[in-house]
Amino acid sequence: MFEISNLSVNYGGIEAVRDISFSVPDGSVVTLIGANGAGKSTTLRTIAGLVKPKAGKIMFNGEDITGKDPAYIVGKGITLVPEGRRIFPDLTVLENLKIGAYLRTGNIDEDIDWVYQLFPRLKERSWQFGGTLSGGEQQMLAVGRALMSRPKLIMMDEPSLGLAPLVVHDIFSIIRRINEEGVTILLIEQNANMALQVADTGYVMETGSIILSGRGSDLINDEGVRKAYLGG
Amino acid sequence: MADFFHQNLSYFLSGISVGGQYALIAIGYTMVYGILRLINFAHGDVFMCAGLMMVYFSSSMPFVLSIPAVLILTVLLGFVIERVAYKPLRSAPRMSVMISAIGVSYLLQNAALYFTGGLAKVYPEIPVLSRSVQIWGASTRVVTLITPVLTVVLVVLLTLLIKHTKIGMAMRAVSRDFETSQLMGIKINRVISMTFMLGSLLAAIASFLYFTNYASVTPTSGSMPGLKAFVAAVFGGIGSIPGAVIGAFIIGICENIIKGGASIFGIPGSGWTTFSDAFTFAFLIIVLIVRPTGLFGEKSVDKV
Repeated sequence: MFEISNLSVNYGGIEAVRDISFSVPDGSVVTLIGANGAGKSTTLRTIAGLVKPKAGKIMFNGEDITGKDPAYIVGKGITLVPEGRRIFPDLTVLENLKIGAYLRTGNIDEDIDWVYQLFPRLKERSWQFGGTLSGGEQQMLAVGRALMSRPKLIMMDEPSLGLAPLVVHDIFSIIRRINEEGVTILLIEQNANMALQVADTGYVMETGSIILSGRGSDLINDEGVRKAYLGG
Repeated sequence: MADFFHQNLSYFLSGISVGGQYALIAIGYTMVYGILRLINFAHGDVFMCAGLMMVYFSSSMPFVLSIPAVLILTVLLGFVIERVAYKPLRSAPRMSVMISAIGVSYLLQNAALYFTGGLAKVYPEIPVLSRSVQIWGASTRVVTLITPVLTVVLVVLLTLLIKHTKIGMAMRAVSRDFETSQLMGIKINRVISMTFMLGSLLAAIASFLYFTNYASVTPTSGSMPGLKAFVAAVFGGIGSIPGAVIGAFIIGICENIIKGGASIFGIPGSGWTTFSDAFTFAFLIIVLIVRPTGLFGEKSVDKV
């Protein structure tokens, strides 16, 4: 169980996240949706330890992980797939995967096979430099790299950003598959429609606060959400 | 032709040798630049400190102890400099870190001035290195022959470390993207410390080779080789290790060819040696005008 209570974060001189609380049950898919600048990315970056919160508490499996450094958080089983993929362009595909397992000791061959099974494309390109992949392939690599740390909770920041609709579809079916393998997912998206379709629970953020929450399928049909985020 | 080489062999030999010494120093500049985008102006002075340490240690202990002691303490010096002078400025503008580096450089020089009283200290004769040998009629010292070999071996080892080990992979990742590296669980401060320690280790090895040739150490002994190694790193494309090594060899060889100008070009005169330094810096200006990214400058393969 992952739980955030009364989290506030200052970022770039403004209060980007104001007193939000939500929880992510084990094995579920939870999504935060909202417009640009609503504070979604800041929330994920705070959980990952890149940004220190001003107030509030982040609990994971009963442990307080508020304000810990990123390496500690990764070690606890929480990984962030950053916005814009952030592949290491001059590491090969295989090295990008290996570096995802940086904190692990012991054999990682099995995990590499698992990722290659999820993304056969990456296997074909295993010796290519990360920077030479297409946007969709880079997103697959970013997800694969995150999986290499054997996360219990994987956070994804706008995985569909800048990708062609067909590729977006692929990415979301991968998200489902990863979830079926038992990984808990916290997803933020501007593509609210897709996100709510895969999510068990959704939270709507606006200017730093959570203004609405509910089951994914309920939010999709919610009049206000449709108007604001689903284009009618 | 063979005659010409024969006569001027000593210039070519010492060119290659000096080039190797510059290369070992230049790697320290280029690695630190690669990871922090910082020109570590104190690096030449770390090199000088290694030389001074050797002077003091060798007077009180045998070489089997003083050489490792110099290596260890120089590595430690590099580590401490990074922790004290650069790490607190991690999120400060780059200019601040650079000014801090200049400060460290002067601090080391003045500390050395204090300890030596400003006198040139005689560098000890390391037994194997300073023995003289004859090759093809030219008399030279073992150090001249060992330097290029040792340089190449060390560069190969370093390349293997960077290409094939976990810490090497982390170094490449950190040099590209701090934040994402952190998300992988990499402790970037550790990787940065490691980079400074490796650079200092190579500078210490260079100091054994260099000062064996020059025979004395003064508080400013580090600035000239430091600057030339820096020029080599810029010429090779700062951030690139092979670039720095090739640049250093080219500069070392050119410099010595100019020093031997009287016999190589057949133009008599006593100003050739003095001119060789001017050459290096004129060369820097030309490189910066013609090809600011150097031979192997960073090419961006980013895709948006």
